[in-house]
Amino acid sequence: MTVPILEIKDLCLSYFTRAGEIPAVVDFNLTLNEGETAGLVGESGCGKSTVALAIMNYLGDNGGIVGGSIKFKGRDIVTMSKEELRRLRGADIAMVYQEPMAALNPSMTIGRQLAEVPICHEGVDMATALKRAEELLDAVRLPDAKRILAAYPHQISGGQQQRVVIAMALLSKPSLLLLDEPTTALDVTVEAGIVELIADLGHDFGTSNLYISHNLGLIRETCDRVFVMYSGEVVEEGSIDEVFQSTRHPYTTGLFSAIPMPGSDKYDRPLVPIRGQLPLPHLRPKGCNFGPRCDHFEAGRCDNRRIPLDRLSEAPRPHAVRCIRWDEIDWEAYRPDVTMVEQMEPGERVLRVEEMQKYYEITDRSFAAMLRGKNIRFVKANESLSFDARRQQTVAIVGESGCGKSTFAKVLMGLETATEGRIRFNGDDIADLPVEQRSPEQIGSLQMVFQNPNETLNPSHTVGSQIARVIKKFGIETDARKIEQRVFKLLDTVKLPRDFANRRPRQLSGGQKQRVGIARAFAGNPAMVIADEPVSALDVSVQAAVTQLLMEIQRDHGTTLLFISHDLSVVRYLADRIVVMYLGQIMEQGTTDEVFSPPYHPYTEALLSAVPIADTSFEKRRIVLEGDLPSAMNTPPGCPFASRCQRHLGDICDTTPPPIVEPEPGHRIACHIPLAELQAVPPVFSQKDDGDGGDTPVVAA
Amino acid sequence: MVIFLAKRVGYMLLTMLVVSILLFLLLEVNGESVAVKVLGPYTSIEQRNIWLENNGYFRPLYVRYFDWLFGIATGDFGQSIRFKAPVSDILWDRLGNTAILGAATYAIMVPVSLTLGVLAGMKEGSALDRTISLTSIGTTSVPEFASAVLLAFIFVFTLGWLPGTSAMSGGFDPVQLILPVLVLFLYGFGYLVRMTRASMAEVMQTPYIRTAILKGLPYRQVILRHALRNALIAPFTVIMLQINWLLSGVIVVEFFFAYKGFGALLLEASLNQDIYMIQACAMVAVFVAVTTQTIADIGYTYLNPRIRLGG
Amino acid sequence: MTDNAIRSARPSKIMQYLRRAALIRESWVGSIGLGIIVFWVAMALLAPLLAPFPPNAQYVPFMAPGFNLPPTGTFWLGTDHLGRDILSRLMWGARTVLFYAPLATFCAYAVGILMGLAAGYKRGWIDDVLSRSADVILSFPILVLYVVIITTFGASGINIVLAVTFASAPGIMRIVRGLVLDLRNRDYVAAAQTRGESSLYIMFVEILPNARGPLIVDACLRVGYVIITIGVLGFLGLGLPPPDPDWGGMVNETRGMAMSFPHMTIFPCIAISSLVLGFNLLADGLREVSLRD
Repeated sequence: MTVPILEIKDLCLSYFTRAGEIPAVVDFNLTLNEGETAGLVGESGCGKSTVALAIMNYLGDNGGIVGGSIKFKGRDIVTMSKEELRRLRGADIAMVYQEPMAALNPSMTIGRQLAEVPICHEGVDMATALKRAEELLDAVRLPDAKRILAAYPHQISGGQQQRVVIAMALLSKPSLLLLDEPTTALDVTVEAGIVELIADLGHDFGTSNLYISHNLGLIRETCDRVFVMYSGEVVEEGSIDEVFQSTRHPYTTGLFSAIPMPGSDKYDRPLVPIRGQLPLPHLRPKGCNFGPRCDHFEAGRCDNRRIPLDRLSEAPRPHAVRCIRWDEIDWEAYRPDVTMVEQMEPGERVLRVEEMQKYYEITDRSFAAMLRGKNIRFVKANESLSFDARRQQTVAIVGESGCGKSTFAKVLMGLETATEGRIRFNGDDIADLPVEQRSPEQIGSLQMVFQNPNETLNPSHTVGSQIARVIKKFGIETDARKIEQRVFKLLDTVKLPRDFANRRPRQLSGGQKQRVGIARAFAGNPAMVIADEPVSALDVSVQAAVTQLLMEIQRDHGTTLLFISHDLSVVRYLADRIVVMYLGQIMEQGTTDEVFSPPYHPYTEALLSAVPIADTSFEKRRIVLEGDLPSAMNTPPGCPFASRCQRHLGDICDTTPPPIVEPEPGHRIACHIPLAELQAVPPVFSQKDDGDGGDTPVVAA
Repeated sequence: MVIFLAKRVGYMLLTMLVVSILLFLLLEVNGESVAVKVLGPYTSIEQRNIWLENNGYFRPLYVRYFDWLFGIATGDFGQSIRFKAPVSDILWDRLGNTAILGAATYAIMVPVSLTLGVLAGMKEGSALDRTISLTSIGTTSVPEFASAVLLAFIFVFTLGWLPGTSAMSGGFDPVQLILPVLVLFLYGFGYLVRMTRASMAEVMQTPYIRTAILKGLPYRQVILRHALRNALIAPFTVIMLQINWLLSGVIVVEFFFAYKGFGALLLEASLNQDIYMIQACAMVAVFVAVTTQTIADIGYTYLNPRIRLGG
Repeated sequence: MTDNAIRSARPSKIMQYLRRAALIRESWVGSIGLGIIVFWVAMALLAPLLAPFPPNAQYVPFMAPGFNLPPTGTFWLGTDHLGRDILSRLMWGARTVLFYAPLATFCAYAVGILMGLAAGYKRGWIDDVLSRSADVILSFPILVLYVVIITTFGASGINIVLAVTFASAPGIMRIVRGLVLDLRNRDYVAAAQTRGESSLYIMFVEILPNARGPLIVDACLRVGYVIITIGVLGFLGLGLPPPDPDWGGMVNETRGMAMSFPHMTIFPCIAISSLVLGFNLLADGLREVSLRD
């Protein structure tokens, strides 16, 4: 038998703080063979990135390996000298990082940063090194490698930066590549390109890969084996098919139930959050770490002693689970406790947006612009937006960064005013009405839930006083006693204990902060709530809980929800209607079913294909878009999507704005392609048919 | 880039203009009090009026201002009351002396502070870092006049190694420079060390330093190639702006050691109400400060590719 | 927990601040700094009780430390050229410096914070005007500015406070403005805007409290710096008018005789340096503690 590339045995990692030793990772085992890609998946704080840094033996000043061994091709990294380690790093083991912009030195050209690797490890001269760098930039499919070599990192886009980082990692032909959330900072359609590149790495470059991610869908699309981590331990490991199809750990099943799957929505398969929260490393419970959050917990057994990793079979690469009850639970019959909801009929029209435009004026101070005499340019943040939203309806605005969705939210809230067009809210035109000129009723009936849990609450004031301020401000109650009662009631509504009113935001977890943010938005009994990516910064299991809560309150109050997101899977789950935006313009809008099945706008099609899916019973067509998102500064005269469109027709796309076709009333697509042709496009997702190989198209419920 | 330079220089001139107006308003708006300062307190109203008439003080304010400004622009700062000589005759000599003092201080301060700051920032929280940081806090806490007294007490009074004054009456003598330079250095280097340390420590925490280490580069190269370049951008600005501080510091030091420099001149002028000399000194000081600030801005832009090459 | 229990569990504001302040114990550097400051504050407050002699009373000039003059008493730090007790003058001098330095810093902060909030939050022409004015003032070498102001308006306590305010407010404004530019983009500020809060409310209730950490550290450093400034002005003969004791002035009056009677100049120098050191150490400790959580 050949020696595995990487063999980690009984690894224990700890951080040493003023409070004492904090175990970060306990009893970690992993074997990675040549050409294999293993995935490490888990929520934040589970220790997955710590493992990656330990493989490089780079844990910083306060971290250390306290037990076990990490063998790279049979040599133990733990006992290596500094010089041996240095020769290993970057040459045999290389790493790709989460934030490509931050990982590159801002004041050094990319060429020099790349050339350093072969110069340092192979002693070649600068010219040879640069030539090698150029070859690798070609290999990671970066066009115009010469220009990129001479550029500084800030001069290229995020997707290009990540390709540069990957090229840098591959330059010395490493046998092991560590990828730490390499696509998290990127847009979905850009991510798809990187994922495709990573999936091909093994056979193009012969590397073995360790892929670290919080996203089960990405793991499924890139890996052969998967290790699910929870609170510093591997709780389940096995091949992708084993773990994804016959899941045997309650945490893993919990993760799967907490994420939206294609082909299901809030009515037929509600998300199931995992209750409670991740224990802090020094407050881990006795016995099973997941015990307090587990539906199958059995007192006296699960909290008795440390739970070992148990093998389901005696195969050389077994499916293993850290649960003593895995063979007792009836996995097929188990249904978590959720309440199904009735479909709601949308009510009267609350919001009507008509031909709304928002342009920003930018003064170009460059020399060239002065010569041309044209130094004022317009950023077309929103271009002729038109859509409606009704009572009780959830309308989602979907798009990648720079598509103008946040600008639209600002105009709606009155933080900016529209350049053209009308926004009718409850009959009043508010497009030109900045928030200072709106009546308290108008303000109170249009509120917002914000994206970043760490910024949504003011760290200097208590939770209670922040909610109370809203109640006072909108004049709902004036008596101090009554205001307090109302604060308590709102905390009840968002399922937080009443004594949270006295707490300060830093004492709350991310999910709890978002709940307070929701309570604050609903304090004034709004008719409409705008939620700007309210769950994207949260962990999967918490995301489900917050999403469910938001839906529940919306139902109870009959509120219209305008849900802004980049995540199509969440949108599909939650929304009744979807508006797809690209570079400030609406590409497609319609009901959720209409948008998710053909005819698609080519951008919608690409966007759908870019979403990683964790459900192994589905297959999707891969569409990888060329290039990166263009800037909103120079929008092309024709279709904004023309430069990247996979179904580009010809000059007409670049020069003429696309007409709007309406396959069904209310389903609008802005595209030059004839409707019949769009209708002939096969669906992006199809159910895998075991056996006969025929694809059954999935038409959403 | 050309536009940027032109803008910086234009901006600098504008600042000078505003400063000149401020100074003019502050010191000369009341002709009566100028006359008192020039002629002395025991003069009659008639004498003052004659003087005011002869010197054009009865002209409108703006005419007087432009006249004054034109004089300054052509190097004519007026007549010093205290020295009974044209201001410019005295000023340039003194400025030269101060330049020598400043250059000597910088020649020691910059390399020492940058080295110590980089060493401290390389490993934040280490014993070396704590030692360097605490030392720099300590020296910055001692005002220049206090360290001048203490150093003079040790080296002049107790040990007798160095001269106690730096009047240079017998021609230029480098030994007399030692104490003034030492005092300026002690008070000033702490700030620069702390800025360098903070900048270096911040850079050492960045992901690109981790990238460089995990590329397998030797530690020396990580520091020299990746860290220093980025860490020294901020201190560069500080070094240039410290010239502004130095102009304050020389007042005390030159006064204490009787060094015939610009600072002592300004102080002497102030204490003797030598109004034209004060104006000239202030204008020159601001000019030096604004010029260095402009150089700092331009240098910062040049050193920072993210700004230089735009987004 | 019942609602009433929740209400009573609310800790009082003062207790919270005291608990925060007690965190400084975790930094030994900060504790030493605080100790020195407390020592001098006690000296200043208790000067009328503790000082062995009236500060301006004249006895035997040029006496060395420890000089005993029965039956008047012992001059622990000696006497100066006019025969005044140096220890008593140091204690009374602490009053002067600990009154004017914090007062001047406070005034500078009041102005600087107002300017910084307005410039950073309102942006636009207000920011342009304020920032440009700040640039002009900051382009003066600071002591040159003081010298010009004091010679024009005369040396007095109130003028020193005004001069310090005028010269330091622009620097404080820049710091505040920088903090505000960052804080104004937080979602909680957007939340306040979208519920129609006034600019004043947002600046003072939503933004300013979150900038306090760096500002407190800076204020400590600045008090130290103002102490130096007052000392330097005294030393240059531009400080508070004699005969009342002022540390810088004491050095100035006696430095000519320092070669023969070093104790007259050295003790005031040590006093001022130690007090400034106290503030600088406290600032360092505060920064260290604030970075921890």
